[in-house]
Amino acid sequence: MSFRLHPRGPARLALVVLTAIAVAAAGRTARPADLTVSAASSLTQVMRDLGKQFEAANPDTTVRFNFAASGALLAQISQGAPVDVLATADQETMNQAQGRGLLHAQSRRDFATNALVVIVPMATMAPPAALQDLTAARFDRIAIGLPASVPAGRYTQAALQAANLWQQITPRMIGTSNVRQALDYVARGEVSAGFVYATDARLVADRVKVAFAVPTPTPIRYPVAALNQAPNPTAARRFVDFLSTEPAQARLGQSGFGQP
Amino acid sequence: MNGDWASAWVALSLTLKVAGWATAINLLLGVGIGFAMARWRFPGRELVDAALTLPMVMPPTVLGYYLLVVIGTQGAIGAWLLEHFGIRLIFTWQAAVIAATIVAFPLVFKAARTAFETVDPELEDAARTLGIRPIAIFLRVTLPLAWRGILAGLLLAFARALGEFGATLMVAGSIVGKTQTLSIAIYEAVQAGQDATANYLVAVTSVTCMAVLLAAGRLAPGPTAPAQRPR
Repeated sequence: MSFRLHPRGPARLALVVLTAIAVAAAGRTARPADLTVSAASSLTQVMRDLGKQFEAANPDTTVRFNFAASGALLAQISQGAPVDVLATADQETMNQAQGRGLLHAQSRRDFATNALVVIVPMATMAPPAALQDLTAARFDRIAIGLPASVPAGRYTQAALQAANLWQQITPRMIGTSNVRQALDYVARGEVSAGFVYATDARLVADRVKVAFAVPTPTPIRYPVAALNQAPNPTAARRFVDFLSTEPAQARLGQSGFGQP
Repeated sequence: MNGDWASAWVALSLTLKVAGWATAINLLLGVGIGFAMARWRFPGRELVDAALTLPMVMPPTVLGYYLLVVIGTQGAIGAWLLEHFGIRLIFTWQAAVIAATIVAFPLVFKAARTAFETVDPELEDAARTLGIRPIAIFLRVTLPLAWRGILAGLLLAFARALGEFGATLMVAGSIVGKTQTLSIAIYEAVQAGQDATANYLVAVTSVTCMAVLLAAGRLAPGPTAPAQRPR
């Protein structure tokens, strides 16, 4: 295999690459009517529906979503990603965003609550009844979001630490980059248990069993805020307000989210 | 900085281990299949060639999903392994090796096939008239003549395996010290906003890749396929 290029090849190649980048960039630049919402993974389905509701009420606006672990969303926004609204699964990530001056602070509010649960694959014979049961040998692989970037993982760590079980569980932990990956591993039976939100477990109720709800030291409350760097600040504020309206809260309730 | 180096070393040594195994397996698979494809004529040969090259052009996440479905505990192969041997591949470094092997395979296979095809058949014929057994002809004539091309493919495959990310993350997860390779450690560090760690790991990766490229240049200088001699 030899990669000998024509003398003028590199220049031509560079031109092609640059053109491709320019075209891609032009296609991606948000138009004024676009609203970009970065939301925690656990909000994926419900947010898509809420986006459609919002678009129906605001026909001039197109809502685009970016779903990832809250920590990953913060990392993107800190690097200047053109995002209008941030919705995270925990207060800590939002506090960090506020501490870095990224938020339009007055717009921040909580719009939903959730619960942490332990789930097991549907075929599990004797599901665990409490955190202590997870130390049994048969729960050798436990999917937990990586605490450094995944709020569900942080809630899990705090709950296990409060129960003095964190050290025992860590060697069995399969770290995931977001909470939905933990859900998927349990649904596929690749792990014997996992920590996810109650709302996640409902999505694959035919493949996973909720064993028990985990008491968390801090309540799970989802904050949302418009961002200072928002390319579309008006729509950003309107979307944040919309999440607290009755229709939006009704849709969140259908997915199992609690009212703040 | 010491702590950084210790954790970077864990990720680096794991990455080298995974890439080393993947390259060793591909040496056998790629050379064997490359040779077979260069010499056998059969209907649909180019179709098979395209299928074997597929991992090079397919998104790694697609491969990762295929692998998860096949070698997962509910997959065809995964269920069989679990039932008969109690082996679970998902979330092990061996799963990372499988992912890296498949992703890098076409680089060795393609290089080997081309290298074998450029070997002058007259030289093999000459050996045959001297009564040398086919296996000896392969080892003493064909393989040495094709070796440079294969080596270039192997080094590219090693480099590709070093950087493998998508398929690995899906089947091996991200377990520190067990399956968290350099690329995955970088991804996690950036997600967690740990820029200092990310910078450090990126530097380690860049130096490693540079070393591989320099070694490649040293091991395989000049044209990679032997020039056709004038008749």
